[in-house]
Parts: sequence; structure tokens; C-alpha cells
Amino acid sequence: MKMLQDLWLRLLCSLSFFLLKLLMFLQQVINGLTLGSVYALIALGYSMVYGILELINFAHGEIYMIGAYMGIILLAFFTAIGLTAYSLPLALFLTLILSVIFCASYGFTIEKIAYKPLRNAPRLSPLISAIGVSIFLQNYVMLTQGATDKVFPHLFGASGFEFAALRMTWLQLFIILTSFVIMIALRIFVRKTKTGKAMRAVAQDKTMASLVGINIDTVISVTFIIGSGLAAVAGLMVAMYYGLVNYSIGYMAGIKAFTAAVLGGIGSIRGAVFGGLLLGLVESLGGSYISSEYKDAYAFIILIIVLLVKPGGLFGRAELEKV
Amino acid sequence: MAGEIRQFHLRHNLFVSARPFIIALWLSFLFLPFKGLKAAIILFLFSSVILYSLRYVSGFGHILSGTARYLSENILPAALHSARLKVILHYSSAIILLAFPLIFRDYFIDVAILSGIYIILALGLNVVVGFTGLLNLGFVAFYAIGAYTYALLNTRLGLDFWTALPFSVGLTALAGFLLAIPALRLRGDYLAIVTLGFGEIVRLILNNWDSVTRGPNGISGIAPPEILTVSLGKLSYYYYLVLALVVLTVIVTRRVYSSRIGRAWVSIREDEIASSAMGINTTLYKLYAFAFGAFWAGLAGAVFAGKMQFVSPESFSFMESVLILCMVILGGLGSIAGVIIGSLILVLLPEVLREVQLYRMLALGAGLVILMIFRPQGLLGGKGVFIRN
Repeated sequence: MKMLQDLWLRLLCSLSFFLLKLLMFLQQVINGLTLGSVYALIALGYSMVYGILELINFAHGEIYMIGAYMGIILLAFFTAIGLTAYSLPLALFLTLILSVIFCASYGFTIEKIAYKPLRNAPRLSPLISAIGVSIFLQNYVMLTQGATDKVFPHLFGASGFEFAALRMTWLQLFIILTSFVIMIALRIFVRKTKTGKAMRAVAQDKTMASLVGINIDTVISVTFIIGSGLAAVAGLMVAMYYGLVNYSIGYMAGIKAFTAAVLGGIGSIRGAVFGGLLLGLVESLGGSYISSEYKDAYAFIILIIVLLVKPGGLFGRAELEKV
Repeated sequence: MAGEIRQFHLRHNLFVSARPFIIALWLSFLFLPFKGLKAAIILFLFSSVILYSLRYVSGFGHILSGTARYLSENILPAALHSARLKVILHYSSAIILLAFPLIFRDYFIDVAILSGIYIILALGLNVVVGFTGLLNLGFVAFYAIGAYTYALLNTRLGLDFWTALPFSVGLTALAGFLLAIPALRLRGDYLAIVTLGFGEIVRLILNNWDSVTRGPNGISGIAPPEILTVSLGKLSYYYYLVLALVVLTVIVTRRVYSSRIGRAWVSIREDEIASSAMGINTTLYKLYAFAFGAFWAGLAGAVFAGKMQFVSPESFSFMESVLILCMVILGGLGSIAGVIIGSLILVLLPEVLREVQLYRMLALGAGLVILMIFRPQGLLGGKGVFIRN
């Protein structure tokens, strides 16, 4: 009898311990999904540009950084003119819209200045040009906004809802939902609209698309505008989530998002979303279970493994080189 | 009808003449939130004046760029190949280089040593990017491995420079080999990203493996090399060591370039499929290129560690990789003289422009874009040396 009781107690103990572990795990999954949906948003921009131009747009991470800065600047402006005090949702909405417009303008301009003259150049040229743009934008923001961290005003606080010791802040929910709505909208756009079809046509074959009357320049501009707009949303949400913004955040985020895009199969929207979420999960879980110091290295290790095992990415097709 | 056409022309002319202002307005609109209204207006005025006057100098610019092209394509190579000038150039530059530490202050010797280290690095990267046409964005990892190997062997095991150097260089070449084996299955852009990832992983390991690399604090107290019990800690002695190594690098890379291996590299760069059809084992030669390039980075790393007597992960960031790549591209991919000139420019420029150092990275970024648009083959690069599409 005593032994049975002991056993029962022990079982209960280990069960509750297991449950606790499970909850911890699920908590990390929530955090990972939040992070991952941001990566996915940035990865979409990479993926679309690569699909059309076969260019790794190194400056894309910088656009995301500019989006985060725009959020801070615009909110400060709205606070100064009293709009935030009048209606916070309106101010946030305007901030979102304006920073999207702004980053889209940046993306548009960058394409016109740095990539368009190089469209028929050897393959390395636009890549190096993109690295140049990235260096330029980083230092441009550093010189105009200072090298220290900028603080994003704490708007939401840590409020949220709890479910069996699982915490999810409203902000996390907001980030995940917004990203998903945007991604679905993007998918519909690319599938159904005329511009979206033109984009897919250009991605398949530029010459052929121009022969059937598609204006390639317009399509490329639209791609950059959409990609940059998505990056702006991601930047704004990360600024809200972490509360700190620095001129150098674009580099790491850009590299990770590119990893996510490659992971899912570059050029595919579904792949970018999946890759971003997977990367966010791996980073969050790896950071809490393996080692948080090497958090940034996981992206690269995964990337190398995926490229070796399935070079086309999880959803992509391996391309044959034509002579 | 005629009126409509006239009106269209009028409108078109109006647009064309207003275009500089529209572009300037657009740029200052982009600039506006970052520095405020006043700065944006100043930018608008400046850029509209510049853009407007650009239209009138464009004819002049054509003449200028035409002359420059003529010089760089006809006169300059001819001058470099003319025998007498070559002899004079060789002797005078040899004398200047040898007498350098006797003439100049310590500061200049210091800069010269730094340039030498970067020249070795850039020549190593040139083997991979310039000769073979593989973009390596994590080259600094090899540099770091070379430097840390010497630093650790010296401070932990007490090995001196010359005993540690083979390990340092060998380990780096091995790392290059090991990275290349998986990476070479990938196409251009993917390869670039994987090498970038490799560079980041190495930096993260150096930063976090506290028990061995002492993390961000770095390793200090590294002994400078000695020759016959004479320490090369003195700057001028070190200068001669670096000079000798640079000369060695130039000679060896040049010899290898014109050898069978070098020709195989060039053929891979020009057309990989064609060269494999010609019977070249492309994977093997790419491996050679990676290991050979990494070898020089290891050498430069050991020399750097001996010079600074201190290494920390801070010296091996991604920006450093980009800087070395810029040296190779600025001078001209594949051209050894060009790479040397490119490294000298990029090391000396920030030293000269110390006052405006804040803007130097800004200028570097913009310079890269402009260089790619107007002269993608670099300052001294010929027509055929750039990687074809």
C-alpha cells in the first residue's frame, strides 16, 4: 500500500513536471511564432525580388530598419502635435500607413538608382551595388539619427491574456494576426490580380513577358514597392515588440530573413512564410533549450544544412543550369 | 491635332526641364523625417543645383570619361608594358619601399604595415573572387582563424611566430578546404550567402567560446615574431617582414595564376560548363582556389596578431569582409596590380580623411554603387576579367 502510494505520488510529480515543461515549450513556441512571422514578412520581400531579378537585395534589411525608425519618428511627431493623446489607434494607424508609404518610396528609389542601370550587367555587379546601398543606408541613418539605441514609446504595456500559465501579450497576437492577414492578401494579389499575374510572368521569363506586352520596369518597381512596404510593417512591429531600435538591426534581420526565404525555397511566397515561421521557432526553441549565446548562428547552420540537402529549399524546385 | 501635339511637346519639355527639381524634391522628401525641415530644404537646394548643372556638364563628362577610358585601356597598359619604363618603375619603387622606414615617421610606417596586411588579404581574396569567380563574403573568417591560431599557440603553448606560422596557415587552408567541400555544390548567390554564414559563425564562436578565446575581451600579450633572437617588435623591422611577405604573396600568386591551375581557374570563371566539358575537374580546382585564398588570409592573420599583439572578435566583422572585397573590386577583379592599388586606396583614404571619418563609410557605400554603374570592372580591370552573366 505504502509503495503504491509512493509510486502514485512520484507519477503525479513527474506528470506535473512534464506539464510544466510542456507549458514552457508552448510559451517558447508562441514567442517563436511572433518572431517568425516578422521574419516571414521580411523574407517575402527578399523572395519576390529574387524571384524576379535573381538579385539578393542586401538593402532590404536596411529598409526594415528604416521602417522601425520611421515608426519612432512619426509617433514622436504625432505625440508632439497631440494626436496620440487625442486618439492612440488613429495615431498608430497613421504611423503604420505613413511608414509603409515611406519605405515603399525608399525601395522604389533604391531600385531606380542602384539596380536599374545594372539590369544587364554581370551577375556580381548588382549584388555589390546592393551591399553598397546597405552600407550607405546604415551610415545615413547613423549619422542623422545617432549611433545610440532609440527607444520606442511603450504603448501596449505587457498586458495580454493568460491561458493555463501561458502568456500571450496583445502585441504578440497583433503581430501574428497582422502578418497573416498581410500574407494572405499578398497571396491573393499575386494569384488573382492582373499585376500579380504580370509579376509571375516576369519571374518566369522576362523576355517572353515583355513580348506579350508586360511593362517589365513597372512590374519590378511594383515588386520593390510591395516588398519594402512589407519590410516597413515588420520593422514597425519589431520596434514595438522589443522597444529598442538601432541603426544596425537591419543587417542581422536581413540575413536571417534571407535565410528564411532560401529555407522555404526562394521565389515562392508559401516558402517564405513557412521558412520565416520555422526559423523563428528554431531560434526561440534553440535559444531556450540549447544555448542563447549562439542564437544568431542557428539561422546559418540551418541554411547550410538545407542548401546541402535540398538546394532548392523546402518548397522550391532545384534549377537546372541551361547552356 | 496639331495643337494637341504642340501641347504635348510643351508639357514634355516642361517635364524634362523640371526633372532635376522633381528628383531633388523627391530626394529631400525621403530625407525629410530623418533630420527635419531645414536640412531637407538645404538638401533640396543643393541637389537641384547639382542635378541641374549635371545636365550641362554631361557633354563635358562624356569627353572626360572617354579620355579616362582611352587612358586606362590603351595608354596605361602600354605604359606598364613598355620595357624601359618598367625597369625604371621597378627600381625606383624598390628603393622607395626599402628606404621607407628610414625616411618616414612611425605613424607612416604603421599605416604602411597595415596596408601590407590588407594587400596580402586582398590578394588572397582575389584568388577566389577575381581568378575563379566565386563570391566569398566570409573571407574575414579565415583571417580570424589565422590570427587566433597564432595568438592561442603563442599565449597558451609558448610557440614562437615561426613555429606557429605553419600551423596557423595550414589550419586556415584546411578551414578553407572544409568550407569549400559543402559550399561548392551551390550556385553563385547561394555560395555567397553560405560563406557569409560561415564568417558569422566563426565570429560568434570567437565571441562566445570564453574558455578558449576569452570572448569579446580578446587575447592580449601575443609575442611579436623574432629573427635570430632579434625581436621584430620595432615598427621598422616589422615593416620589412611585412614587405617581404607582400612580395612573396605577389610572386607566388602571379606564378600560380599563369600556371596550369591558374588557367583552369580563369576558365571556370569564364564558363564553368564549358570548362568542365573541356575536362577540367571544376570542383577540385574550386577547392584549390578556396584553400589557396584562405592560406594567404591565414598568413595575414598571423602577421596581424604579431603586429597588434592583441586580437579580439571586433577586428573580424562582416564589414571587414566587405572592405577586403571592395579592395579587390575597386582595383579590378583578377588584376594583381589593381588589387594592390585598391587596397592602398582603401587603407590610405580614411587615414587622409581623418577629419571627415564619420562620412567615410557613407562614401564607401555610395562609391560602390557608382563604381558598379560606371566602371564595374574596377580601376585597372580589363574587359574580360569580370565574371560574365
